[in-house]
Amino acid sequence: MTVSTEVRNRTAGGIGESPVRPDGTFKVTGQFAYSSDLWMDGMLWGATLRSPHPRARITSIDVGPALKLAGVSAVLTHDDVPGEKVYGLEIADQPVLAFDEVRYQGEPVVIVAADHPETARRAAALVVVDYEVVEPVTDPREAVGHPDWKPVHDEPGERTAMSRDRAPVHPHGNIVRHQRIRFGDPDAVTADVVVQGDYEVGMQDQAFLGPESGLAVPADDGGVDLYVATQWLHVDRRQMSGALALPEEKIRLTLAGVGGAFGAREDLSMQVHACMLALRTGRPVKMVYSREESFFGHVHRHPALMRYEHGADRDGRLVYVRAHILLDGGAYTSSTPAVVGNASTLGVGPYDVPNVGMDCWGVYTNNPPCGAMRGFGAVQAAFGYESQMDKLAAAVGLSPVEIRTLNAVSEGSILPTGQRIDSPAPVAELMHRLDAMPLPGSVDQDIRLLPGGVSNTTHGEGVRRGVGYAVGIKNVGFSEGFDDYSTARVRIELVGDEPSVLVHTAAVEVGQGLVTVQAQIARSELGVERVTVAAADTQVGSGGSTSASRQTYVTGGAVRAGCAAVRSSLFERAAARYGPGEFRLVAGKVESLVDGVVGDIASLLLDGPVEHTVQWRHRPTQPLDEATGRGNAHVQWAFCAHRAVVDVDVELGLIRVVELACVQDVGKAMNPDAVLGQIHGGSAQGLGLAVMEEVQVVDGKLRNPSFTDYLMPTIMDMPPMRVEVLELADPHSPYGLRGVGEPPTISSTPAIVAAVRAASGVDLKRVPIRPEHLVAAALCH
Amino acid sequence: MEFFRPTSLAEACQLKSEHPDAVPLCGGTDVMVDINFDRRRPDALLDLTGVRELYEWSRYDSHVRVGAAVPYTTIIKELSADAPGLAIASRTVGSPQIRNRGSVGGNLGSASPAGDALPPLLAVDAVVETVSATNRRRIPIHEFFLGPKRNALQPDELIAAVHAPVAGGPQQFAKVGTRNAMVIAVCSFSLALHPDTGRVGTGIGSAAPTPLAATQAEDFLSAELADRWTGPAELPDDVVRRFGELVAGAASPIDDVRGTADYRRHALAILARRTLTWTWAEHIRRAQ
Ligand SMILES: Cc1cc2nc3c(=O)[nH]c(=O)nc-3n(C[C@H](O)[C@H](O)[C@H](O)COP(=O)(O)OP(=O)(O)OC[C@H]3O[C@@H](n4cnc5c(N)ncnc54)[C@H](O)[C@@H]3O)c2cc1C
Repeated sequence: MTVSTEVRNRTAGGIGESPVRPDGTFKVTGQFAYSSDLWMDGMLWGATLRSPHPRARITSIDVGPALKLAGVSAVLTHDDVPGEKVYGLEIADQPVLAFDEVRYQGEPVVIVAADHPETARRAAALVVVDYEVVEPVTDPREAVGHPDWKPVHDEPGERTAMSRDRAPVHPHGNIVRHQRIRFGDPDAVTADVVVQGDYEVGMQDQAFLGPESGLAVPADDGGVDLYVATQWLHVDRRQMSGALALPEEKIRLTLAGVGGAFGAREDLSMQVHACMLALRTGRPVKMVYSREESFFGHVHRHPALMRYEHGADRDGRLVYVRAHILLDGGAYTSSTPAVVGNASTLGVGPYDVPNVGMDCWGVYTNNPPCGAMRGFGAVQAAFGYESQMDKLAAAVGLSPVEIRTLNAVSEGSILPTGQRIDSPAPVAELMHRLDAMPLPGSVDQDIRLLPGGVSNTTHGEGVRRGVGYAVGIKNVGFSEGFDDYSTARVRIELVGDEPSVLVHTAAVEVGQGLVTVQAQIARSELGVERVTVAAADTQVGSGGSTSASRQTYVTGGAVRAGCAAVRSSLFERAAARYGPGEFRLVAGKVESLVDGVVGDIASLLLDGPVEHTVQWRHRPTQPLDEATGRGNAHVQWAFCAHRAVVDVDVELGLIRVVELACVQDVGKAMNPDAVLGQIHGGSAQGLGLAVMEEVQVVDGKLRNPSFTDYLMPTIMDMPPMRVEVLELADPHSPYGLRGVGEPPTISSTPAIVAAVRAASGVDLKRVPIRPEHLVAAALCH
Repeated sequence: MEFFRPTSLAEACQLKSEHPDAVPLCGGTDVMVDINFDRRRPDALLDLTGVRELYEWSRYDSHVRVGAAVPYTTIIKELSADAPGLAIASRTVGSPQIRNRGSVGGNLGSASPAGDALPPLLAVDAVVETVSATNRRRIPIHEFFLGPKRNALQPDELIAAVHAPVAGGPQQFAKVGTRNAMVIAVCSFSLALHPDTGRVGTGIGSAAPTPLAATQAEDFLSAELADRWTGPAELPDDVVRRFGELVAGAASPIDDVRGTADYRRHALAILARRTLTWTWAEHIRRAQ
């Protein structure tokens, strides 16, 4: 190992450095082509007609008036879906186009292709759909027949008479998944100190800046080429193949420029629609959602209702945790089963708990579908368990740091699933390091840096400072027995006498820097500085999803394995040329371990290029037992902790986060700048959930589907950060790295809420915090 | 869609009288949003960005006349002394890009209850100058807002400018939003002290169907201040508190996606108290 480390350090732009990302300049100067910029001569524009109702029966659809509009080429309904009428990531239950019934506001019903986007939209508006409106199921408690949120101890009945009477959202009932965790003896155990709490998480949106978009081009072989912004090309293709009734090889996907993802591109949006229109009209069809449509066009973060009970001894050592977590999955399954898996298995947080009784439900309602968003399942649970840890600290007289270090998991800890943590788990160290960081100075004099910011609401009146801590845990990669792999094709050849490497994967760059990291790995592994990463497409095997903080781990692992295969072939050539021996490749040279430099890599390529394609998987995981939650379900865990310092105007209920400090263990910082970028961005997204970001849904309808009222943090809201990065290698992962992208999103929210509680003295139970919550006492008078 | 681009105010008025349905476009920061959201499909747009005189401001007889198209950025840079309330409000509008394009004329044209320029105009009894091919009018700001997003303009009229007295005393503006920048007001309040006339002026935003003045609060405070303007001292708590209550009482807010009616009343009382404290402290400073 030491030898190869030395090699890596000597080829410029390799791992551990922060080379400039290839798309960086284009993005900053506005020249980068996003999927919404795609263009082809003679192309048509698609538009989607969506249901205005959260729940209704479709009695008739008349496309006639739309077809009559000049410029319209096709108006399609579910009758025109060539293959299977439903699709889905895990369970196929989402209609390509609604038939019989619509189950959420915004569900696609009709698609149109026309020669101009405005014509397409107008035509869609001309379609006459007759609906028979049905009262929607919008309360997840009611959806599971559990109208009163009962105490933690008695189980809500599954599929009670109530949920059947309420006409299930789906024929098989309203429960997507119910996962139990039973660890130790959670029912009988008692404790000296008990704290309880109810918590609620609102519906956050990924709010990526590049709306859903793509271009479908009909091909001569009867197939179709799709250029699209997505998160997993091959899983899109699998679902499209079913819906389009085309074999997979006739559907070719190429990744178009992705303007952010955060989970919202895991489910299909316009993929099948654009292809249906292209195949029907024989013309290229482009679809771009508007900002407002985008809020209806993708899944959101699951809102959660949680009830926690923590028991501890008088010293604050945890004895048990009992919890109910209810996740509102909305109208279709999407990723709900996996979200339930994460929330339940990670639901007590990074703590040693001898007895755990956890019930987590994911349910169907007629609310907007919810699915993947950065940190899913773990984000919701962390708000619950971290709020509880602060309550417990107060009850036993410990500080937030003390209660967390006292109960922190460490390497060797057994999680409530029975799985042993078999790599570093420096939770206590994260807390100690946070605690040791200096605090920012007192309340700012610049009024723009006070709560209310530039709105000039306070010159110091009512402003109180608060500090809060939180730590989170996230699984990295796909869990619960999923066959999680990636594929890399690595080719080395002479280009103008110089060795040049081409790395080709189908793994999606969504802005996180995967393209850069792939090149860094190839440079380090092959000793060649000139590396090109080919556009991601389906001409190579699956790269798996860009989600679950997994791509640097899994596709990075595949690229490394691909490079190793190429290197072996080169070493064979070296042996033939220079005689048998052990070699290494450094900065364009071939070195013999005995004789030093023996030649150029270029000379090994005179016989032609070397190319290998490999599949690489992380170690297998196991499914969870449904009744007990036992199982080695996770590949790897990542830990991150935050300290938040806030100023709160306690009279107006306005908040300014003054500083976020963060410590995260990343195993190996493959690209230190990119690691910091993930930590800053993830922390900002957690800040958004803490203090402003919420899709407001009333009676199944979205009230704020635009950036006018779906507020995200600006630079005036996101404070400077202090960040410390630990590199404690995981012996099971490539280079010892740990997934980085999600953990910072998890702990920043509860840290900020804790700080706001500390500043205001208000027992906040819900995120995002609204001014009304902070001044609730004053409003009662 | 037709697109007109006049280069003089006279030409603009002529076009507006020939095409009364043409929608004036100034900074476009409201018009373009409406069009993008498909809330509006105008048959014609009347682009005013070529009309130089609308971008000018001037001072006369202790008044300022601010051309309808003068962007917020200019107001902040050049009018902070003459129209401090309006300038403070301008700083809270949108983002730098929006402040570079957005105008007071557009804010008046939209007549949104959340228009941030509007409460300070109410607080100083501003006058809106309108112009048409045949007529020029001066509409007192208190008569300008007719309902939510409705104003007193005739179909053939354009806003030429807004007139305000040069500030004779301290002015303030504060707005509550759930983000620290680039946010639409949950509610807002502007206060102007007029020591020369012995009056105070107020303006409330986002807490009624139109921006409005809290006249009872003005009367109460003017009376309380009558003997205090000269040799001023700190105001008694109960005066500040009562002023806040009267301001809150003048509002008729609703519950909506941005906040609740109760919260808006609560917040208005606080904004009124704070802005009174700030302006009065400044008045004391100036008197010393
Ligand atoms: C991102 C963003 C943030 C914003 N933030 C704020 C904010 O914080 N506070 C706030 O108050 N507003 C805000 N706005 C709204 C908008 O910027 C303001 O209302 C601005 O004052 C409008 O000015 P404009 O010149 O762009 O108007 P335009 O959009 O050009 O016009 C607005 C209306 O006025 C009419 N009009 C314009 N000029 C004339 C004229 N001379 N005569 C007659 N009618 C005319 C137009 O026909 C239209 O109905 C924001 C908008 C955006 C897009």
